[in-house]
Amino acid sequence: MTMQATPGQLVGQRVRRREDPRLVKGRGSYVDDMKLPGMLHLAFKRSDVAHGIIRSIDTSAAEAMPGVELVLTGAQLAEIIPPMPVATPFPAPDHHAVTPDRVRYVGEPIAVVVATDRFLAADAADVIEVDIEELPAVIDPERAANGDPAVIHEAFENNLAVPFAPAGTGVNPETLEVEDESALNEAFENADVVVSQRMFSQRLVPNAMEPRGVIARFEPGNDELTVWSTTQNPHIARTLLAAILGMGQHQVRVIAPDVGGGFGSKINVYGEDFAAAAISRDIGRPVKWIEDRSEAFMTTIHGRDVIGYIDLAATGEGKVTAVKMRLIADIGAYEMVLTAAIPTLVAFMISGVYDIPVVRAELTEVFTNKMPTDAYRGAGRPEGIYFLERAMDMLASELGMDPADVRRVNFIQPDQFPYTTAGGMVYDSGEYERLLDQALENAGWEQMKADRDAARAEGRIVGLGMSFYTEICGFGPSAAMPTVGLWEHASVSVERDGKVRASSGASSHGQGHETTFAQMLADDLGIPMDDISIIHGDTGQVREGTGTFGSRSQVVGGTALLMASGKVKDKMRVFAAQMLETQPGDLSFSDGMIGPTGQEDTGVAFAEVAGFAYIPIPLPPDTEPGLSEEAFWEPEGFTWPFGCYITQVEIDRDTGELELQRFVGVDDCGNVINPLIVAGQIHGGIAQGVGQALTEEAVYDEGSGQLLTASFMDYQIPRARDFPRFELDHTVTPSPLNPMGVKGIGEAGTIGSTPSIVNAAVDALSGHGVEHIDMMLRPEKLWRLIQGGDA
Amino acid sequence: MIPSAFDYQRAGSIAEAIALKQGAEGDARFIAGGHSLIPLMKLRLAEPSLLIDISGIPGLSGVSEDGGRVSIGALTTHAELESDSVLLASAPVVAEAAGEIGDQQVRNRGTIGGSLAHADPASDLPAVVVALDASIHIAGAGGERTVAAGDFFSGLFEVDLAEDELITSVSFDAPSQAAYAKLRHPASHFAIVGVAASLTVEGGVCTGARVAVTGASTHAQRLGAVEEALTGSSLDDDAIAAASAAADVDDVNADLAGSEEYRQAMTRVFTGRAIAAAAAR
Ligand SMILES: Cc1cc2nc3c(=O)[nH]c(=O)nc-3n(C[C@H](O)[C@H](O)[C@H](O)COP(=O)(O)OP(=O)(O)OC[C@H]3O[C@@H](n4cnc5c(N)ncnc54)[C@H](O)[C@@H]3O)c2cc1C
Repeated sequence: MTMQATPGQLVGQRVRRREDPRLVKGRGSYVDDMKLPGMLHLAFKRSDVAHGIIRSIDTSAAEAMPGVELVLTGAQLAEIIPPMPVATPFPAPDHHAVTPDRVRYVGEPIAVVVATDRFLAADAADVIEVDIEELPAVIDPERAANGDPAVIHEAFENNLAVPFAPAGTGVNPETLEVEDESALNEAFENADVVVSQRMFSQRLVPNAMEPRGVIARFEPGNDELTVWSTTQNPHIARTLLAAILGMGQHQVRVIAPDVGGGFGSKINVYGEDFAAAAISRDIGRPVKWIEDRSEAFMTTIHGRDVIGYIDLAATGEGKVTAVKMRLIADIGAYEMVLTAAIPTLVAFMISGVYDIPVVRAELTEVFTNKMPTDAYRGAGRPEGIYFLERAMDMLASELGMDPADVRRVNFIQPDQFPYTTAGGMVYDSGEYERLLDQALENAGWEQMKADRDAARAEGRIVGLGMSFYTEICGFGPSAAMPTVGLWEHASVSVERDGKVRASSGASSHGQGHETTFAQMLADDLGIPMDDISIIHGDTGQVREGTGTFGSRSQVVGGTALLMASGKVKDKMRVFAAQMLETQPGDLSFSDGMIGPTGQEDTGVAFAEVAGFAYIPIPLPPDTEPGLSEEAFWEPEGFTWPFGCYITQVEIDRDTGELELQRFVGVDDCGNVINPLIVAGQIHGGIAQGVGQALTEEAVYDEGSGQLLTASFMDYQIPRARDFPRFELDHTVTPSPLNPMGVKGIGEAGTIGSTPSIVNAAVDALSGHGVEHIDMMLRPEKLWRLIQGGDA
Repeated sequence: MIPSAFDYQRAGSIAEAIALKQGAEGDARFIAGGHSLIPLMKLRLAEPSLLIDISGIPGLSGVSEDGGRVSIGALTTHAELESDSVLLASAPVVAEAAGEIGDQQVRNRGTIGGSLAHADPASDLPAVVVALDASIHIAGAGGERTVAAGDFFSGLFEVDLAEDELITSVSFDAPSQAAYAKLRHPASHFAIVGVAASLTVEGGVCTGARVAVTGASTHAQRLGAVEEALTGSSLDDDAIAAASAAADVDDVNADLAGSEEYRQAMTRVFTGRAIAAAAAR
């Protein structure tokens, strides 16, 4: 391993996750574990048709059931809350928590039942009679974009969400006018080779282990609303809930207790959350709703679903001269909080790790009768990198070049950083060729190729794949999400006994903040990790925050914590200097002592200084008693980790079943705080990326608009036995944009693994004349290609 | 995912289970491992008013062998079949097929009786009992009866079993050489196609063959043309290839996991694999 890390006693160490004993022994506390006195339960009556007009709803049978307290139709709920908010700056169709008039996807809520227990609520929802006049289901996005077979929102002609253009990709974002195309045209006219392919990054279901859930408790006595939610970002949830309910932010508290995964699907604040809050306020009692797994498949946001028409121009030596992507994003029936913004990230990825002089992306977002899409692990970057890395492999095979070489000749060079892509993205740092060489060496690339060729000579269908990704991490600055802001907040308080309570607006839902943040602070403050508690996930305890998504917690949240810690240390130095009769500037923190740098052990104990700060007799001049500081940190720009994944697959000639035989990865996420947690993030990420390549696809029936893959019996998330041992390694290229030099690793595995697997499968079938295969790589699809047919 | 309300009673004997069933108003159902019935209830595709739990009835569980005749109690779980020493010695094909069912949790709960009674078109054990020419022993109010496995399965979820009858056990002669080969559904692990082959070989010549497929069509069924092609053959590669090429089913299932054409082709592939494995035993 070439692992390096910032020096420190704990930073860089494989410290075991402090939260795991609690979580794996069933001692965590999730929303569904909570029971409040007087609590009622919600169940939603949901549409079983994809598209139609509600003609009538009969709730009388439900209302007559003993224990049913209230039944509200969408129209009735719409009288107490307005349509839901979006956080994107584009016009969006009205989207009600519970639809008042029309259904637009299977699973859309039509009415809500409030009852004394969950089972009764479900029974009551079952007997609500709804008469829906069915309209044709709009499923194919390319047909939908011509208004065929129906228009879903009257205000959005031809089902086109408002057209917009990502900055710097050839269309003026203000005027939407196409900028000068001559450079693009010239590049394609002068190209020695052009690769063109329609590709598809299919729709996926996020499948967090814990489904969504909410408890809302409005206290009429003091007009305060507390919401327990499975959210990734309690502060954003608080802001949106307050806005929709017409309450002050000081009256709304959102608590995210232990949350069992999200993968982006829990960024969003959903109709059920708004409905629960509004109903609790209306009836003055706490209410709870817990999503079941069927609902999770149908009504939690989906990811991806982007078609890309990719054109790539290159010289005979493999140097890419231009890339064009025409993107069609099927965003489903409505816009959720970030829906419209996610496909813009696909366009941001257009250059990948390559120095490409001319790029151009066009993006169309289309409404269909499906669950809306939004952020799902990688959110836009997997699609972009998949399109580009597939096209790079197609270029390699067109030119008969080694896939490693075609990448090598196009890399952005280390001395070009900070590098601005032709699309206007600014990359912080990178050393791609060094990492490629490491990956090739670890894989034994030449030997792998020889082995593949030998296997082929025996008639086996073996292929090798490669991908080289970069991606956007550390989401901030605020300009990247002007409706919400993208800083992070932190506080560090040293208690009277020298123990530390630190808080972060980043809200862990499985990532391990309690460990990495404590490691970092322990080193910074020179005290044991066990003396530090990390608080997150409660707007009542954490003053402000943005949240955990976009691989931003360590980069943005970690830096904010370090800044707050720095402020506390400055203050402790003042108290310690008085105690030691020296100058504050000379003092450092080590091993529980504060003393002259290098001789901290001759100073005074950290805990003693803490005690003195709270009983400061005499109080140092110009100093307040106490040790509690906070910080907001706004990053300057995104961080860009990168990596290379090399894979080997073998396909069963008789059945088309694909076996993933090797997975060699080298990642560079800058400095590593905890290699164990980084490895965990990479493993999980790879699993999800391989899932997209091989086994996962949300399929809606063309005719009926039903979700055909609405359970784990039909939708396969990969299992441990589907994987070989991951052979992982790192290089370290610190980010210059934050003091720890970290870059983020939460999504990298997902982004890099998918194209590597598909590239390997295409390589395996290259002898059968195959140039491209759309995901997922169903055995039948591969079998047909082996038979010489079309997939 | 929340079933509608139902009553629940535990039966202490076969007679009590049948009496409860006959006395019940509305839709009463037996429940054994619950791993077919409960998923249907959670989706409200089944809404029984009463569940009669037969899983505690004594004497309906376990495997025994007497003079080459193997008998399996209806309540024996897939996990028990998978590791049963009698089966591993006398009829490893049953253990092999049971070990391919679902995942560990499913195998720990699901029973052979439930699997045969439910007769999911993609379940594994029906093909095995048909290939083994097993007898299915049934108890009802009027007494006991026995049906040949080949006659038991008749259509999609259709079996020769009255509402108030229980499967009590399954018995068969220990096969001389039998094997099961399966293409698993990637998500559920049910059989997209599963083939069981049981062969009798004398002096290098196949003198008898029973081959049955599941997953491909509405119900488990014999592949007559394959059996014919095998009988009298030497079971070499060419003979196996020729016999499996004869595999053909009607009413082929089609879904996301496999079109008709794919399932037909896979029936041939897995027929070949099952025969080859049986021949090698
Ligand atoms: C995730 C999952 C994966 C699965 N994968 C597979 C697979 O790969 N292959 C496979 O073959 N199966 C699979 N199954 C099904 C599993 O094997 C079931 O357990 C089995 O089919 C039914 O057995 P049971 O004891 O659970 O029956 P139950 O669910 O209790 O009952 C099923 C039906 O049979 C009736 N019944 C039960 N016992 C008797 C009896 N003795 N006499 C008369 N009627 C009876 C019940 O009334 C009910 O109608 C899977 C199930 C799940 C949930």
